[in-house]
Amino acid sequence: MVPAEVPDAEAEPDGLEDRLRRFVTIWSRAIFPATATSLTRPEFEQHLLPLARSLRDALHDRIFDATPAHGVGAALVGAHCTDPDALARSLGVVDAYLVLYCGEAADPAGELAADELRARCARLQATFAAGFAQALRERTLAEQEAIARSALAARGAAEDALHATEARFRAVFEGAAIGIGIADLDGRVLEVNDTLTRMFGGLEHHVRSRNVSEWVHPDDAPQVWRMYKELIRGERDNFRTEKPFFRNDGTVLWTNLTVSLLRDVDGVPQYQLALLEDTTERRLLTLRLRYEATHDALTGLPNRTLFFERLEKALAPARETPKDAAKDGARDEANSGTKEVGPAPASAPRPAARFGLCYLDLDGFKAINDSLGHSAGDRMLVEVADRLQSCATAPGEMVARLGGDEFVALTTGPDTQREVGELAARILGALATPISLDGREFTVRGSIGIVEGKAGESTAAEVLRSADITMYRAKSAGGNRFEHADAEADARAITRHGLTTSLPTALERGEFFIEYQPLVHLADGTVHGAEALVRWSHPTHGVLGPDRFIPLAEHTGLIVPLGRWVLEQSVLQARAWQEELAAGTFAGPVRINVNLSPAQLHHPGLVADTVEVLERIGLPPGSLCLEVTESALIGADEDLLKPLRQLAEMGVDIALDDFGTGYSNLANLRRLPVSVLKLDRSFTQGMQQHPADPVDLKIVEGIVSLAHGLELGVTVEGVETGAQAEHLRRLGCDTAQGWYYARPGPPEMLHTLSMADAV
Amino acid sequence: MERPAWVPQGIDISVPSVSRIYDYYLGGSHNFEVDREAARKAMEFTPGLPKIMQANRAFMRRAVRFAIAEGVTQFLDIGSGIPTFGNVHEVAHAADPDAKVVYVDHDPVAVAHSRAVLEGNENATVVAADLRSPRQILDSPEVRDTIDLDLPVCLLLVSVLHFVEDADKPFAAVAELTDALAPGSLVAVCHAAYAGIPLPQERVAGTVGVYKDIRNPLVMRTEEEIAGFFDGSDLVEPGLVPMGRWRPECPAGEEDPYALSGFAGVGRKA
Repeated sequence: MVPAEVPDAEAEPDGLEDRLRRFVTIWSRAIFPATATSLTRPEFEQHLLPLARSLRDALHDRIFDATPAHGVGAALVGAHCTDPDALARSLGVVDAYLVLYCGEAADPAGELAADELRARCARLQATFAAGFAQALRERTLAEQEAIARSALAARGAAEDALHATEARFRAVFEGAAIGIGIADLDGRVLEVNDTLTRMFGGLEHHVRSRNVSEWVHPDDAPQVWRMYKELIRGERDNFRTEKPFFRNDGTVLWTNLTVSLLRDVDGVPQYQLALLEDTTERRLLTLRLRYEATHDALTGLPNRTLFFERLEKALAPARETPKDAAKDGARDEANSGTKEVGPAPASAPRPAARFGLCYLDLDGFKAINDSLGHSAGDRMLVEVADRLQSCATAPGEMVARLGGDEFVALTTGPDTQREVGELAARILGALATPISLDGREFTVRGSIGIVEGKAGESTAAEVLRSADITMYRAKSAGGNRFEHADAEADARAITRHGLTTSLPTALERGEFFIEYQPLVHLADGTVHGAEALVRWSHPTHGVLGPDRFIPLAEHTGLIVPLGRWVLEQSVLQARAWQEELAAGTFAGPVRINVNLSPAQLHHPGLVADTVEVLERIGLPPGSLCLEVTESALIGADEDLLKPLRQLAEMGVDIALDDFGTGYSNLANLRRLPVSVLKLDRSFTQGMQQHPADPVDLKIVEGIVSLAHGLELGVTVEGVETGAQAEHLRRLGCDTAQGWYYARPGPPEMLHTLSMADAV
Repeated sequence: MERPAWVPQGIDISVPSVSRIYDYYLGGSHNFEVDREAARKAMEFTPGLPKIMQANRAFMRRAVRFAIAEGVTQFLDIGSGIPTFGNVHEVAHAADPDAKVVYVDHDPVAVAHSRAVLEGNENATVVAADLRSPRQILDSPEVRDTIDLDLPVCLLLVSVLHFVEDADKPFAAVAELTDALAPGSLVAVCHAAYAGIPLPQERVAGTVGVYKDIRNPLVMRTEEEIAGFFDGSDLVEPGLVPMGRWRPECPAGEEDPYALSGFAGVGRKA
């Protein structure tokens, strides 16, 4: 582009070349500020030099041709001097300096007149301008075309990419397993995919024709539409919720719904995009699982789990929200500052919520189950469940099956104190009609324990236990009735429960001990023997008598090891006394009475254990008397009597305890292996004062006569006064025990007693 | 919402583009009326803008020549815009015909234009990518095929960083790029600043406002801030200086006053 330079040899000072360079320097200085070239000034000057030379040559050509100036103008554009000002300045420079620096001096022959030079210069300028203009025009057009083509190409590429993008989006949209819908901000549905249409029941126009705001469902979460409005207003970008819809056929469609706000590039909300996942099946499954987990499979009633949930809710203390509290506080303050008596608070303090609970256990259901089979038993339970259900239909009432034949009914109505009794009565009434099974009619009765109270005072477990205890009270009172819970009865039962559970460890921990109560010869007042009475030194309840724990021990089976321990301890004690007697240090009892409970009586190891203890310790069998209650022997068959008979044959005395309290068959006495009758204290109470009850005297006299006739000794319990003792002695009783002689106490007490007696 | 990477930016020539505005400043016709309108508005506040652009083109030329003189013949020109004239590949190939040049721009029109200009040129190519995603640039097939990243590269960031707002982490992007280059690589930066512009700052702020209006904010930074772009490299002489003062080829005093605006520097990675 740049023509080869003329050798510098010609650039001698003020030579042609030097003058040309000075012209170029002026030209360069004039237009450089108007160029956009990235060339430096020296570079730019170098660039202009051949152009200036071309102008100079044209100026002097023998035959004038202005065409080269056209190329110079174009070259200026080529050098990025595209600013019109560059042309104006260039023409100014050419006009003022071309002839001056490259005119006459370059034309030593003086062939051309000054006028001619000026004329040529003017024509060169015109052609220069035309060349510049044409080049600029072509360049501009070329560049405009280039940029337009580039824009088009870029747009094409973008459209291709956009098309690919849209195709992908379309594929996602159409193929998605979730429902997708797009609506404008007014809720007009613009587009839905097939999945969404199918979810709504298959008719696209049904989905599209509806406005989003019409998709209200009564089960909508309360915040759904608030969040929707916030989204539409652009205050939130999305929300996610579980939402039901009505399908076209009116059935319910449950979805996990995500709604997102689509904004334009400026962030202005444009559309809403909804993604819906059909959770109907899953929800139904969940509901079914929940139902199954909370309902009894046999009767369909709520089960223990659900019942506890409801009970716990009913028992939850009524919550007063802090906000309400603050409001109330503020109101109170306001009122206290004014004379005016404010209106009653709009929300008068709500009476504490109450609950009522009926705990029902069918009477004798086990017998029905055993005799008719489980299938019949189950049908009966279903029938009972249906009847119970019909008893608890009011709001706040529910019936549940806890298991087996145990049912509960709960009421949380406004007046539980009255309602719960009515509920129990309704239940008993509903059960009163016989139930027909396999053509037979059965009367089912039940026992109900009622607990009624204020919420927030006890736990569900406590309430249910109280109801259970109360139900047992109703049952032991004969069944087919209801009883109201009573704190004292509960406490007793609860203690009983506690004792039962701590009983097994009590023996291991050595919490039991034995007290002895002397048996005295009525004839001479000497100590004849002692009755061993077991005590429980309970860590929290203190010393407990056998009446408190022997029945529990019997129930749990602990009676066998406990009885063996008592026997062993008592025999050891008797043996010790006998040794002291032999040593002459003691004149106390030589015999020991030990009680046998009915359960012990049935224990197969009774004889062997007793023999083992006696032999190991070395106490003659005749020194031991086993006391058996009369009631334990009522109806006793030979199998039961056999161990007693064996013991009696060995020489062990058997005493019939509490004689006269059971329905004793006097004739039976003959075949019992007993040697002593212990008269119950009720016979002798009438003898505590003078004159003694004559009837009592007669009875005792008769019994003594009968006993002696059968060669049985007679011992009297509960002797509390000297008068009694005197009567009994005169009536011929053999031995006696009671507070008159001594209360039960530690073995050492027997020493002092016998010593005192001996004096 | 985040735009997925595979969705291209739309082409809307009714929106001014900084590449085409730049072309207009330089007397080119690769522009549309919207571009010219914005450029004229910007020039109302700062009439010397064309001179500033000319100065940063001149800096680019000197930086490229410096790099070749230093033996660095691979060029990564990010924010290359519309190659009007005196482009990196022209300057570089004038000095070393085997020099490699990769242009990077995120303006699809500029990329399309570069592609047309470079057609048939085996030693220069263009990538449509964004300075804000350095990985996208470094992992592009064009860069992989043209440039050997195990050898020094001259990274050219000429008048581009002032179009990246701090929120888009320009410093981290430059650090990531520098980090990916071989030792001996050069980082050439020129960046707009209020300093040096022979006008009151309030007036120049009018120009900044124009760029804000066309959603291509111009971020003026201080010398200290601009120095932060050389965190992974050591500035070569004369350090970070007004554009016209970086290894000038003409005597001091001859340059246009606007050429002393902005800052330019070249760092060398150890």
